[in-house]
Amino acid sequence: MTGPVHVTAEVLATKTLGAYRHLSLVAPGVGERSRPGSFLAVSVDDGHLGRRAFWIHRVAPMGGHRAVVEIVVEERGPGTRALAALPVGARVDVTGPLGRPFALPRDPARCLLVGEGYAAAALTSLAERLRERGCGVRLVLGGTDDAHLLEPLAARRSVGQVEVAAGDVTAAVLRALPEVDVVYVAAPTATLRFVAGAVAGSETSCQVALERPLTCATGLCQGCPVPVLDDAGDPHVVRACVDGPVFRCGLVDWEALG
Amino acid sequence: MSADWPFGNPVLTASGCGGTGRDLAAYGDLSELGGFVTRSVTLQPRPGGAEPRIVESPSGLVNAIGLQNPGVTAFVREELPPLVELGATVVVSIAGHSLGEYAELSRTLGRTDGVAALEVNLSVPDPVGSGLFDAREPFQAASVVGSCRRDLRAGVLLLVKLRSDVVRVVETAKAAVEAGADAVVVGNALPAALPDGRPGGLSGPAIRPQALRCVAEVARALPDTAVIGCGGIMDADDARAHLDAGARAVQVGTALFHDPTSAFRIARELAPEPDPLPGEDDA
Ligand SMILES: Cc1cc2nc3c(=O)[nH]c(=O)nc-3n(C[C@H](O)[C@H](O)[C@H](O)COP(=O)(O)OP(=O)(O)OC[C@H]3O[C@@H](n4cnc5c(N)ncnc54)[C@H](O)[C@@H]3O)c2cc1C
Ligand SMILES: Cc1cc2nc3c(=O)[nH]c(=O)nc-3n(C[C@H](O)[C@H](O)[C@H](O)COP(=O)(O)O)c2cc1C
Repeated sequence: MTGPVHVTAEVLATKTLGAYRHLSLVAPGVGERSRPGSFLAVSVDDGHLGRRAFWIHRVAPMGGHRAVVEIVVEERGPGTRALAALPVGARVDVTGPLGRPFALPRDPARCLLVGEGYAAAALTSLAERLRERGCGVRLVLGGTDDAHLLEPLAARRSVGQVEVAAGDVTAAVLRALPEVDVVYVAAPTATLRFVAGAVAGSETSCQVALERPLTCATGLCQGCPVPVLDDAGDPHVVRACVDGPVFRCGLVDWEALG
Repeated sequence: MSADWPFGNPVLTASGCGGTGRDLAAYGDLSELGGFVTRSVTLQPRPGGAEPRIVESPSGLVNAIGLQNPGVTAFVREELPPLVELGATVVVSIAGHSLGEYAELSRTLGRTDGVAALEVNLSVPDPVGSGLFDAREPFQAASVVGSCRRDLRAGVLLLVKLRSDVVRVVETAKAAVEAGADAVVVGNALPAALPDGRPGGLSGPAIRPQALRCVAEVARALPDTAVIGCGGIMDADDARAHLDAGARAVQVGTALFHDPTSAFRIARELAPEPDPLPGEDDA
């Protein structure tokens, strides 16, 4: 019971969350297998053949063998617009959980989570898991404006220390970095790049949740190349969807990444 | 299944659309497909092209993967064994920069256990940009097929994948068969452009009618040659249309990106007898 499944999901509930649309999906088998950093892929319709990827925000048990998975949708193009407009009871094909999730520290560590925009959804279950393991958790929550901050109140309830930084997270990140051992970042690429640069050469370990334009999201199409450097410094091309989306930040060849 | 037709049912994956096979195996049993066609393998590794590599187009995709593959040596060492272990009937797609490369690829792969067939990719959407041997003319296609045939071990089927260009496809198919091809695959993604103007290949339902027309023409012109239809097949009805037009089998590509279970489902739906439900077989 570890691999992904492809199922028809039903929309159980919807709500507006600031600038986002929040969907609860009954997607048998997806939630049960999900781990912090997992995502799922939605098929929009037959005219749009590519999949649309979403971080699994939360998994809520539902009785029986069913679990509900929650996603946060920011409207962007036709696919996300169609999803945001789905009514309760609508059906969509979903594949998940997908991707390589976050690796958790073996021993309790001081952790910094940096989440920006909807991508902060990737950190919700991570924060819970880290706290269960006795890790100190500190969150920098960013977004272009207040409406794009993902659930700051809920974050304050579940995470020890939250710093909200609408607009620009970099100052808050730099303040927090000296006091942590491990950093997890889910944010636009510019922020990932910034944090990777900030921790380079230090003892701090850092994992980034990298979003690249995906087509199949399942490792079949080779459409989401990520340039990486192995331990010997040799370049390779891997797939964002199955070899990531979570990468050790030192692995990614940030210069070659477009 | 027979020595001259290794595919247990008429549904294969299309080249470059099933990942390494391990990825697809998460969604179904590869042994339940007629065959698994690998991405096109070249002699030397290729890192693939720039991004974006795939964009959506109405009812289609335009791709410019640039034939990313690890090269034949790494393929045989790393990608083939898991495919065999997963029970796939393996078709290795090959692409060469020269006739000599085609011969070497056929020699190497022909003597490798676990290879049921070779599929010569003579229809990349951008052969010149890819630096591949230009097989635009039927006589060039024939010389590639001849180079592969000469060095291929008996018992390994030789397929040739042609472009679904109705003006040329029959003529090219004839030349390929005369040069020794056992079957023809019709067709590949069609030459197209990405929005930024770079060459790419159009696939998916957008090309389905065109592929079907070409399959019908080739099947009519070459009634003794097995034709494998490919292009925009999304469901069992699409597959049946190809079979009705004279194809002996079909390949499913882009549909797998939309639904990774599609090829398995089409294979099940085309099966003559529905599979007994689990637990019912000894009732
Ligand atoms: C691992 C991962 C997790 C994601 N999680 C979320 C999330 O939780 N919430 C959210 O709102 N968005 C998320 N995204 C981004 C979201 O997938 C895209 O915004 C969405 O696919 C765009 O589809 P569209 O039809 O609205 O736009 P279009 O621009 O029309 O999309 C066209 C095609 O490009 C792909 N595409 C375009 N932009 C992106 C992008 N930034 N990332 C990936 N594919 C893209 C689409 O999948 C589609 O195949 C995530 C992306 C990835 C890779
Ligand atoms: C992303 C992608 C990669 C492909 N790679 C190859 C390849 O390596 N070799 C090849 O012969 N065809 C390749 N093709 C073409 C497909 O095998 C198939 O012939 C074509 O896409 C039409 O079928 P479809 O509409 O079912 O996808 C590729 C197609 C796509 C979309």
